[in-house]
Amino acid sequence: MIWLDTLLQGLLLGGLYALFAAGLSLVFGIMRLVNLAHGDLIVLGAYVILGIGTAFGLNPFVAALIALPLMFLLGWVLQTVLLNRVLGDDILPPLLVTFGLSVVIQNALLEGFSADSRKLPVGPIEAESFSIGSVSIGVMPLVTFGSAILVILCLNWIFYRTALGRAFRATSDDAVTAQLMGIRPKRVFALATGIALVVATIAALYLGARANFDPSIGPARLLYAFEAVIIGGLGSLWGTLIGGLVIGVAQAFGAALNPEWQILAGHIAFVLILLVRPRGLFPRAYD
Amino acid sequence: MKNVLGLLCLLVIVIALAIIPLFGLRALVQDLFMVLCLLVLALNWNMLAGFAGLVSVGQQLFVGVGAYVMFAAAILWGLDPLTGGLIGGLVAMVLAVPVAFFVFRLNGAYFAIGTWAVAEIARLSFSQWRALGGGTGTALPRGAARDMPGVQLIRDVLGVSPAAAVDMLTYWLALGLVVAMLVASWMFLRSRMGLGLQAVRDNPVAARSVGVDPVRLKALVFLLTAFATGICGALIFIQTGRISPDSAFSVIDWTAFVIFIVVIGGIGTLPGPIIGVLVFYGLQSLLSDYGTVYLIVLGVLGIVVMLFARRGLWGAFTQWTGFDLLPLEHTPPKSAETGDRGKT
Repeated sequence: MIWLDTLLQGLLLGGLYALFAAGLSLVFGIMRLVNLAHGDLIVLGAYVILGIGTAFGLNPFVAALIALPLMFLLGWVLQTVLLNRVLGDDILPPLLVTFGLSVVIQNALLEGFSADSRKLPVGPIEAESFSIGSVSIGVMPLVTFGSAILVILCLNWIFYRTALGRAFRATSDDAVTAQLMGIRPKRVFALATGIALVVATIAALYLGARANFDPSIGPARLLYAFEAVIIGGLGSLWGTLIGGLVIGVAQAFGAALNPEWQILAGHIAFVLILLVRPRGLFPRAYD
Repeated sequence: MKNVLGLLCLLVIVIALAIIPLFGLRALVQDLFMVLCLLVLALNWNMLAGFAGLVSVGQQLFVGVGAYVMFAAAILWGLDPLTGGLIGGLVAMVLAVPVAFFVFRLNGAYFAIGTWAVAEIARLSFSQWRALGGGTGTALPRGAARDMPGVQLIRDVLGVSPAAAVDMLTYWLALGLVVAMLVASWMFLRSRMGLGLQAVRDNPVAARSVGVDPVRLKALVFLLTAFATGICGALIFIQTGRISPDSAFSVIDWTAFVIFIVVIGGIGTLPGPIIGVLVFYGLQSLLSDYGTVYLIVLGVLGIVVMLFARRGLWGAFTQWTGFDLLPLEHTPPKSAETGDRGKT
């Protein structure tokens, strides 16, 4: 039964990783942009929620609602002012610009909030749990997992059922032809990054509620998120969810064997899957 | 003629750098040692990303492996650290073979993330190595650095303390490594293989159509830079004297800084990393009192360079003045119509 418990905890943890990864997957799938600042943007989101929460005395869930449009705006501005200028055939400029952004955000947070670790105070729900048979499930991890599913469902709905989603897919497949149909790729990209940061803020809420965070933890989150995206395959949002779950389960089993092996097991699972399937499990797009 | 002038310039700079320790400025020597090591790492990363198109975010893997093997050689096998460093470089190169098999299956962004993940695996695995201190790390045995060949000679000739002699020796070795890297890069890039490499970078399809094998060339660069990066890593930690998985496999110290140095100086140019390391050192010394501000400035500078001058400061300079210190172009053969045949 201990294995069932480990599996369950791993899946729930994987839900959080899928949330980290969903925004990244969207942006990567649509414009092949490798956003190395994604992890730091999640941490930034957590600080924004914390800041709004403490300034107005709000519960983090309410504060996150206020943070969502702010982060959407930030994403839109970031893409319009900065990232649209470096997109192109060469992957190096966007890689380096987002890398620079990552270092800037990390150190600006360090200057502004110091290196102390913080936590989002979500209230009594934090410690609540219920049991099914012999396994007990925390309410917060379950809510996180549910949110991950919901976010993926919403993104899929946008992607496949709306005009905006059609523009996303068209631009992803062939930006030049999409332009002939009256789509402006740069505007589409700005909206995509805005949505990605909304998802990042949701991820930030659960990150901050689950454990302590400080300005330096962004890059590690980015790595988990990217591994999830790559395991899932380019452009597949459900694949990204599966990727997150794979990393989560691998980490849980690694930790069950030896606490020091938790992170290691996740990375090794990533390498093993890529050895067998270099394009990930469910690639939608080819590039 | 310009070339000769440029080379003469470089020679003067190298000699000037070589005699600095003789004036006994130990703090400066230690600072410059780190600058030279970062330059070696930058020259290596520039070869990978700037010429071979391999944007790796995992070069700290080879720094860490070189350093750890050097420590293992010194502590477990009783070898002197210099021999250990050489073994470290070789082990890094051998390790690069299986790593290449994995990461070469990945393209572009996948390659970057793949190399990073492999480096993280190495960091976490080395922190399981109890004999070398596990996660907290360990220090070189007392006197190991002082017993290195050459230290006694420096002490006898210059009459300095053992610690100062170790600093001098590692400094000169780092300087030697920089010169070796510069000469090797220049010769490699001017060779047939280097020409093929740049052709692949500029237009892979055209390069393949004239018989260049991109994978073989890229793999060769990957292995050779792993060797040099490993040796440099070992040298850094001989001087530091202490190692831990987090410091040896630090993505910030050994890859992030290095990327900024190359980008700001000029990616895909040989003098670029030199300019970049000067800017980096200047910023670090100017802004050292303001904590992490210099990192923010560095990040912003990197972004600005990528937006407005893709080829960095050196690229902008050569474009503006037409002067290049270490040109990689071959003089084109004069055309037959002008009647200048035979003069080239």
